Amino acid sequence: MIRGRVWKFGDDVNTDVIMPGKYLAMHDPAEIAPYIMEGIDPDFGKKAKPGDIIVAGKNFGCGSSRETAPGGLKAFGIGAIIAPTFARIFLRNAVNIGLPVLECPAAAADIREGDVVAVEMATGRITDETTGRTYQASPFPPFLQELIAAGGLIPYVRRRLGVA
Amino acid sequence: MTITEKILAAHAGKAAVEPGEFIVARPDMVMGNDLSTAGAIGVLRKMGAAKVFDPEKIAIVFDHIVPARDIQAADLLKGVRQWVREQGIRHFFDEGRHGIAHIILPEQGLALPGNLIIGGDSHSCTYGAVGAFSTGVGHTDLAGVLALGEIWLKVPASIKSTYHGTLGPWIMGKDLILATIGKIGIDGALYQAMEFRGPALATLGMSERLTMCNMAIEAGGKSGIVAPDEVTLSYVRERATRPWTVYQSDPDARYVAEYDFEITGMRPQVAKPFSPDNVVPVDEVAGTPLDQVFIGSCTNAKLEDLRIAARILRGKKAHAGTRLIVIPASTWIWNQALKEGLLEIFAEAGAAVSTPTCGACFGGHTGVLGAGEVCLSTSNRNFVGRMGHPTAQSYLANPAVAAASAIKGCIAAPEEVL
Ligand code: SF4
Repeated sequence: MIRGRVWKFGDDVNTDVIMPGKYLAMHDPAEIAPYIMEGIDPDFGKKAKPGDIIVAGKNFGCGSSRETAPGGLKAFGIGAIIAPTFARIFLRNAVNIGLPVLECPAAAADIREGDVVAVEMATGRITDETTGRTYQASPFPPFLQELIAAGGLIPYVRRRLGVA
Repeated sequence: MTITEKILAAHAGKAAVEPGEFIVARPDMVMGNDLSTAGAIGVLRKMGAAKVFDPEKIAIVFDHIVPARDIQAADLLKGVRQWVREQGIRHFFDEGRHGIAHIILPEQGLALPGNLIIGGDSHSCTYGAVGAFSTGVGHTDLAGVLALGEIWLKVPASIKSTYHGTLGPWIMGKDLILATIGKIGIDGALYQAMEFRGPALATLGMSERLTMCNMAIEAGGKSGIVAPDEVTLSYVRERATRPWTVYQSDPDARYVAEYDFEITGMRPQVAKPFSPDNVVPVDEVAGTPLDQVFIGSCTNAKLEDLRIAARILRGKKAHAGTRLIVIPASTWIWNQALKEGLLEIFAEAGAAVSTPTCGACFGGHTGVLGAGEVCLSTSNRNFVGRMGHPTAQSYLANPAVAAASAIKGCIAAPEEVL
């Protein structure tokens, strides 16, 4: 169960604001984690806490394929991201590295900044504990659920390669 | 089936596929750039993958931070070079052969009709211009495909955009794709394949088609594609490194959306800050003062783009208050531009001409914008902070508008300076 305080963002949050290009050559997620969302709110890395949840508008993560975007969010400790839709490369990257993402238009519209929200990844159930409302995210197809259950792409490939 | 569905079916070993279906496909070519390859090498180690699936089907291209922009970049490039050597990868475009991957692959005959190509960069959709299915992934996915030689994909539904009419002077592929993105929005093609066609499109050369497919991602598209015709085949015949297969969409292929664009009388298009779908005719923003004009990137720094910019800049000077930066997209293009005298025209116009690199496009180096500065760029994205400081602004346009704007020192239509 993932539980945390909500930070809200608008539509089309792109990877240039999630993780500006100047940090692109840094591949250590811990190094870039403090700079997440810098392009929208330079203080976000100071205000937010590990475990917090991002609720955003449509097409979250659009733009470049940089994994410093989901990687930075994960390294910071963002508990989950809820949005009506995600940009496709961001969605793949998030699933691959084990950053919880949920597509749920109703939850994304209703949930307010500061609410405390609980998320169950296995079922896609989202509970806004502040308002008491519950929501159901669109389930991932079985194919992706397997990948998520395996812990992302790295363990999946290790298994395929027969690496212990 | 659409051309996209046919290519995906063929690479998944199936007779047919449906949009929404999950497949496991085997790519013909996998591209990694300096940054994504460096990321993938780390992931490959964690995956326990000592060898890549097939060194012949891999192209590694240095573009983002080459020539090494700082010590960190130098160390990163050094690590990738060593790995490339260990893996025996021949298609390696290091300094001296380097350039922007999305231009190098088609130019070097590594992206071919009917191919399935996976690239570790979002603009990998560019290769659709040769009639390939091609899409971008992050570096963990890149590592997965380098290790296994396969990747899971969801078969995208297709959107058909048909272009009618005749192109006016100074109207380019950039204007067609900006108009398209302006109409459908930056998530207008989310998870979908964009198929470009029609009588106006048929008259476009490869350079314009590459620009259009390049920016499919700016509409959220998974891929962009132009079915091969004589223009494609004569381009491919000169450079192909392997045999290829031509696919065409069936007359009864299904599309989730169809758009029609009338090109006759179209004005050059400009995307205003801070989104590529914030598109207006150039006349609406003409006169906006500019600190910098950037002619570069995988979108518009091909030989044809440079020729058009040079036609406007010949014998003229960039405005005293406006920096002009020109970065040819590949080493081959740079050499060709030298032979044709284009570089001389730029130099005499007062431009800073650089060796090929992404550079200013992603605010990395070689033309980064300071606080409050305004730039007109031939690249593909103008989000907040894309080209430098978060308060800097970028306008996106074709190379003719860029050249004219450099001369005037403010956004200008090409005919204003002739
Ligand atoms: S030129 Fe710009 S958009 Fe193209 S690959 Fe380089 S950074 Fe990306």
